[in-house]
Amino acid sequence: MEDTRSHNRAKAVKKIFIYLFLGFWALLVLFPFYWMILTSFKSYGEYTGEVVPKLFTLAPVLENYFFAFDAVPLLDYLANTLVFTLATTGIMLIVTVFASYGFAKMEFRGKNLVFTIFLALMMIPNELVIITNFVTVTNAGLRNSFMGLILPSVASVFYIYLLKENFEQVPHELYKAAKVDGTSDLKFLFKVMVPICKPTIVTITILKVIECWNSYVWPRLITDEEAYFLVSNGIQAIRESGFGRENIPAMMATVVIISVPLIVLFLIFRKKIMAGVSRGGTKG
Amino acid sequence: MKKNNWKGWLYLLPAILFLGVFMVYPLVDVFIYSFEEGYNSSSQTFWGTGWYNYLYVLHDPYFIQALKNTFILVLITVPLSTLLALLISLGLSSIKKLRNMFQTIYFLPYVTNTLAVGLVFMILFQTTEYTDGMFNFVLSLFGIAPIDFIEGPYWAKMFVLCFYTVWVVLPFKILILTSALASVNKNYYNAALVDGTRPFRVFRKITLPMISPTVFYLIITGFIGAFKAYSDAVALFGTNLNVAEMNTIVGYIYDMLYGDGGGYPSYASAAAIILFVIVLTITCINLLISKKHVHY
Amino acid sequence: MKVVLENLTKKFPGRGKTSPGVTAVDNVSFEIPDGKLVGLLGPSGCGKSTTLNMICGLEAPTDGKIFFGEDEVTKLSPELRGVGMVFQNYALYPHLTVEENIRFPLENLKKEKKLSKAQMKEKVLEVARLVQTEELLDRKPAELSGGQQQRVAIARALVKMPKVLLLDEPLSNLDARLRIQTREEIRRIQRETGITTVFVTHDQEEALSISDMIVVLNNGAVQQMAEPQMVYDAPANLFVAKFLGTPQINMFEGRVAEGKLYIGDEAVMAADGAKDGDVLVGVRPEGFVLDENGGLAVELNSVEVLGRDISIVAKHKAFVGSSLRVIVDSENLSMIGNGQVRFRLKPAKVYLFDKTTEERIRL
Repeated sequence: MEDTRSHNRAKAVKKIFIYLFLGFWALLVLFPFYWMILTSFKSYGEYTGEVVPKLFTLAPVLENYFFAFDAVPLLDYLANTLVFTLATTGIMLIVTVFASYGFAKMEFRGKNLVFTIFLALMMIPNELVIITNFVTVTNAGLRNSFMGLILPSVASVFYIYLLKENFEQVPHELYKAAKVDGTSDLKFLFKVMVPICKPTIVTITILKVIECWNSYVWPRLITDEEAYFLVSNGIQAIRESGFGRENIPAMMATVVIISVPLIVLFLIFRKKIMAGVSRGGTKG
Repeated sequence: MKKNNWKGWLYLLPAILFLGVFMVYPLVDVFIYSFEEGYNSSSQTFWGTGWYNYLYVLHDPYFIQALKNTFILVLITVPLSTLLALLISLGLSSIKKLRNMFQTIYFLPYVTNTLAVGLVFMILFQTTEYTDGMFNFVLSLFGIAPIDFIEGPYWAKMFVLCFYTVWVVLPFKILILTSALASVNKNYYNAALVDGTRPFRVFRKITLPMISPTVFYLIITGFIGAFKAYSDAVALFGTNLNVAEMNTIVGYIYDMLYGDGGGYPSYASAAAIILFVIVLTITCINLLISKKHVHY
Repeated sequence: MKVVLENLTKKFPGRGKTSPGVTAVDNVSFEIPDGKLVGLLGPSGCGKSTTLNMICGLEAPTDGKIFFGEDEVTKLSPELRGVGMVFQNYALYPHLTVEENIRFPLENLKKEKKLSKAQMKEKVLEVARLVQTEELLDRKPAELSGGQQQRVAIARALVKMPKVLLLDEPLSNLDARLRIQTREEIRRIQRETGITTVFVTHDQEEALSISDMIVVLNNGAVQQMAEPQMVYDAPANLFVAKFLGTPQINMFEGRVAEGKLYIGDEAVMAADGAKDGDVLVGVRPEGFVLDENGGLAVELNSVEVLGRDISIVAKHKAFVGSSLRVIVDSENLSMIGNGQVRFRLKPAKVYLFDKTTEERIRL
């Protein structure tokens, strides 16, 4: 009996230790978010007056948000990012769905060779091709345009691979059954394949939206006119010139505005996004 | 079946077009660039071919600095983040209450804009005229004098960069490891329990071997990802990374291509190929090691 | 609609340049009368599914012609032939409800054949009623039992009122009880609609129980086409005799001499009309009668009591194969002693085959 009791106590201590550890890391993750929201509600005077930073504010203000929208074209950045994200994701989906279908259900000579080349391309890092793409887009006169921003990132070998694998799991009998009924290939694709493989398509969409919303490097290379800035570039511009490096609360308000859409999206589709990412693989 | 011949190609056409223009062609081109000596981007001329670009890059102090920074970053963050993710995932899988909440919180950094949150980290760590910042305040509780982590000594900046990198890469690793742990068949644990196996032995002899493929996958992708570090550094230290001594290889490539010191696609190409060779070598070594140790 | 196959051949190319390829269907010709239910029976790989796919139009024959009625359909694609097909795993669209699944073929109709929403609804209901699934219309395939899925698949194949209905191993995914129930169901639906129906199976019991006609296939060639009982009672060749019947037919090395059939050294029955020489003798397990004066003496191995019957496992030196099996009425149990047992043979259950051609020798 004594033995069991001490055993139970040891177990309880272990549990407490685990919760402390997990709680500590949760704090570390949450703190930057808390800090940016907190700071965004502090007035400029209050913030600069704190020699020792305070963990709360008694007089929250909204002026930083007004100022953020006023001083920098934040709405434009958001709109640009939205257009960029929707267009890139949309075109990517069309390209991916068609290519995956071609690989999964069509029979034609050279298919295996093309697929092998596709697989090989999966190993090529973006850094290796971005240089020429920069030159290509510049020479095509597409700098500072949505075309230049979008086109290089609409074809993803990895997503094609992912969807093709899923398409192949759809029994071939369904295809035959549809043929007997006189269903065209295109109709079969959109009426049967796409609905059946919706989870994978959602995954791909989510991954691409996150990637687009956060993309920085390519937009930075290809845009230098503010009118085409995405949020990442906007943030960087604000950091380096915007409010000077002085008005930190206003800067934090901007950061909050930029971070909120994805976080809200995440909180709504939490299960889908987490399942999607764990199926989908790496970031970036 | 021959009837479908051209149709199949039609379905692939968009993908082939885009990949051809933005992936296959650039891949060939980058090698050509890297051997074209003295390429002038405005006149699009060059005066010779050879290894000069590689030699230039390898002797450029900025590249050496970037190389050093990248290697330090990789060697610190990859093992650290993998280990931390493993510990957190083990913790998560051993609790029931609040588990969903913790998982959600841990995943948050994945869906945030690296540049935006980087700014928050910057203000948490930097010192200004009027405040030493939150992190220094915490340090002062332990009696440590304030340090400027953003514009101060090299090791302090490297510390912030590593810290932020770990913060950014952890969500993915925790998620992958948690689902790997969840997929280990419970019967193994029950069998071990019946045999009276001690917890640590269970971990070493059952859990770890079962999830070793996932761990190695994370290490390999972790290495690849860490070698490509760039936007984290920009978020913390701004675009002028060379001055901040915090540049990375990828940063060097972009600087060579564009911006104040830019306009040298040949140097950028040479640096990109050097990076590719490094990543390829490390990945091959990783794969060789994992073949020996993965228990599947 | 009658279906005629004329010298149908299907060759699949081999992988690589040196490989000769496979002939799955070899010069097959037969005629399926209008409104009949015909079973294509054969072991796996005999070409029965390929034949069905060619009738359907999913595969193009290498050679030969297919007629529906008087019209040649060899080159027509499936949707223009007016066929309905039920696949082995049913191939129901998992994301659509039963109703949407059944309606799917109707939505493909074009131009003058196009139906209004109400007409479609009516047709779907009509066919659902026929297969007795009208209460399942709102469910998804995953919520149905195997038997119900099968009915829905048949409904989907029937909704366009095809001229020919094709079923690929329709019962193989069902458990034993459902199988008997479903095959009667198929029989009933076929009778009610009067649609010419072809189904493929490797299960002889299935084929024998519901078909009007059976086509036995092996190695891509027709072995025999006849009514079910005829295939069993009058096999055309050794393959058909061996393939049908459980327990399998017993094979002996035999010899015909002076109008008598010898198995071993003993004359077992008359064999008028057969030429003298060595033959293969097949005797169905039920073709033996216990008789102290019978011509065939076997060494008893064991006796299994099956209730109504008893099964005798025995040895004979002229026997070809692993175990000689005899089924007799259980009344005879007391007559069986130990050691040697003697049988007389029922002439109708004994078949003689040519040793080289394996064709049946008619007596």
